[in-house]
Amino acid sequence: MLEATVTIPDETMSRVSLSDTSVTLLRQLWDQYGPLMFHQSGGCCDGSSPMCYPAGDFLTSDSDVLLGVFDIGDTGAGSADPKTIEFWMSREQFQYWSHTHLTVDVVKGRGSGFSVEAPEGVRFMIRSRLMQETLPFA
Amino acid sequence: MTIYAAPGTDGAKVTFKPRYEHWIGGEWIKPVKGNYFEDISPVNGKPFAEVGRGTAEDIDAALDAAHKAAPAWGKTSVTERAAVLNRIADVIDANLELLAVAETWENGKAIRETLNADLPLAADHFRYFAAAIRAQDDDHAQLDNDTVAYHFQEPLGVVGQIIPWNFPILMAVWKLAPALAAGNAVVLKPAEQTPVSILVLIELIGDILPAGVLNIVNGFGVEAGKPLASSPRIRKIAFTGETSTGRLISQYASANLIPVTLELGGKSPNIFFKDVADENDAFYDKAQEGFTLFAFNQGEVCTAPSRALIHKPIYDSFLETVTARTAKAIQGNPLDTDTQVGAQASNDQLEKILSYIDIGKQEGAKVRLGGERADLGGDLSEGYYVQPTIFEGHNKMRLFQEEIFGPVVAVTSFEDYDDAISIANDTLYGLGAGVWSRNGNVAYRAGRDIQAGRVWINNYHAYPAGASFGGYKSSGIGRENNKLALDHYQQTKNMLVSYSENALGFF
Repeated sequence: MLEATVTIPDETMSRVSLSDTSVTLLRQLWDQYGPLMFHQSGGCCDGSSPMCYPAGDFLTSDSDVLLGVFDIGDTGAGSADPKTIEFWMSREQFQYWSHTHLTVDVVKGRGSGFSVEAPEGVRFMIRSRLMQETLPFA
Repeated sequence: MTIYAAPGTDGAKVTFKPRYEHWIGGEWIKPVKGNYFEDISPVNGKPFAEVGRGTAEDIDAALDAAHKAAPAWGKTSVTERAAVLNRIADVIDANLELLAVAETWENGKAIRETLNADLPLAADHFRYFAAAIRAQDDDHAQLDNDTVAYHFQEPLGVVGQIIPWNFPILMAVWKLAPALAAGNAVVLKPAEQTPVSILVLIELIGDILPAGVLNIVNGFGVEAGKPLASSPRIRKIAFTGETSTGRLISQYASANLIPVTLELGGKSPNIFFKDVADENDAFYDKAQEGFTLFAFNQGEVCTAPSRALIHKPIYDSFLETVTARTAKAIQGNPLDTDTQVGAQASNDQLEKILSYIDIGKQEGAKVRLGGERADLGGDLSEGYYVQPTIFEGHNKMRLFQEEIFGPVVAVTSFEDYDDAISIANDTLYGLGAGVWSRNGNVAYRAGRDIQAGRVWINNYHAYPAGASFGGYKSSGIGRENNKLALDHYQQTKNMLVSYSENALGFF
């Protein structure tokens, strides 16, 4: 399990983590696509799936919140060769999700949308648990 | 009761080809890179056909074919185009069972729905737009005695469409019918979970449309969808799916300065006012069914009534009645006409639904019914089945705020009218809503106060061609299923004509 750094001002707990399978898959995808990012989706069909894009492909803005940053470099956080992945969510969605901690996991499937893992026959998926401290977020 | 034979077995209505290529320029074309992926049936979790794994090269070939076909197609008379659409509708009607079995096998939905909803609606949709395009009058205005402004509705040219997997044929038809009626050529990418049904339809209607007017490239979003959505060679992109991809597609569209229409789902409230229970009559029975419709199509509907809001005075009795009714829903082999709840469309969808059931329990929502994966045994054991599930909780729970896209309803109570509207509108989305009341004034006011593009009053999950469909708030941009959709596939040419011989007099 790899926890993201805390990026929201005045917060002290990590909000999002990667399962070990996700880390392995992300390293492989990094070799294929270069630097990566996540944007948490909502809505229809494959909504609620974390979408993984080449970094910068999806333009984030003030309408989004950066929930955390992962470093999937070989030695983990603070490695000599950092490979950082930002995890974003729209601000309006965060209003409804902020009481839950998110873990990015991998399941068999093929998703849809433009997330880069789909051709591998797998899909990133969110597992959630309630945060210990529930207020004040967002 | 009828149980349709599984595709490819004795007596089956359809046998899939082992491999499907792209449909480009009126021909089956191998993917340029020569790769294929497996199409898996959610009925039994097993692959049943291979499908071309398209890339930018295939999208380019499809765009070439579309650009070649678009000018002539755009100049055909509306009479001709309408005749083509009507012929397609006739072929769908004539092959109803074949298409229904194919779609059920690929998507997992109960065949009673493909036979009675998906495909009849698809046929009717073509007929509706055949009629709508013929009835569309271009207008003109006499601006003064010698000046007339003529307005012509002209096709955009070549358009891109990306289709979801929950109604593989009907959702394609919702986009195709207005686009083709308006005289555009289309490059369409089906969902990677359901790439074949639409190709089975193409096998039947391929020779009705001129070559290149409709091109279909399958593949993964990142490999085929992205090159289509970001291509400078399309004049419009239409997408149904989730919000991140919707935003990404809008970004690509902004780079090319083209219009985009998006349908991005919802979290639709279904409101039951206390007077529904005033009598134990046919209407009360209808309202109960209206609740249970959350399990229609296994909940895989953008407008699924996945939040039930029940007036406090009837909360206990109504919920008890509809829970008992839902418990009787028959879940089983999707090819059995008695089956009411079939399989979820894919393994990742199944996993996502189970993850929501998990967070619902963590948040303290009470499981009133279901709450587990269903193992139907035998051949269906590996299929993707979830029990119809009823949760009780409150509107701030994730269960109430995200589209689960499974047979899961989140139920809460409301005190009075204002409370009902406030809960109903406390969501990011605004696609659908239901209002149930015997009081026409209350129902009307609620219908107007709910921020959603479609409000069903005393019914739910009806999708007749003619009734516009589209989102408020984060549910999207644009309208389908109504002649308004033509506007998304046309551009207005104004020809300003002077019939005067006299100079303006400025120079």
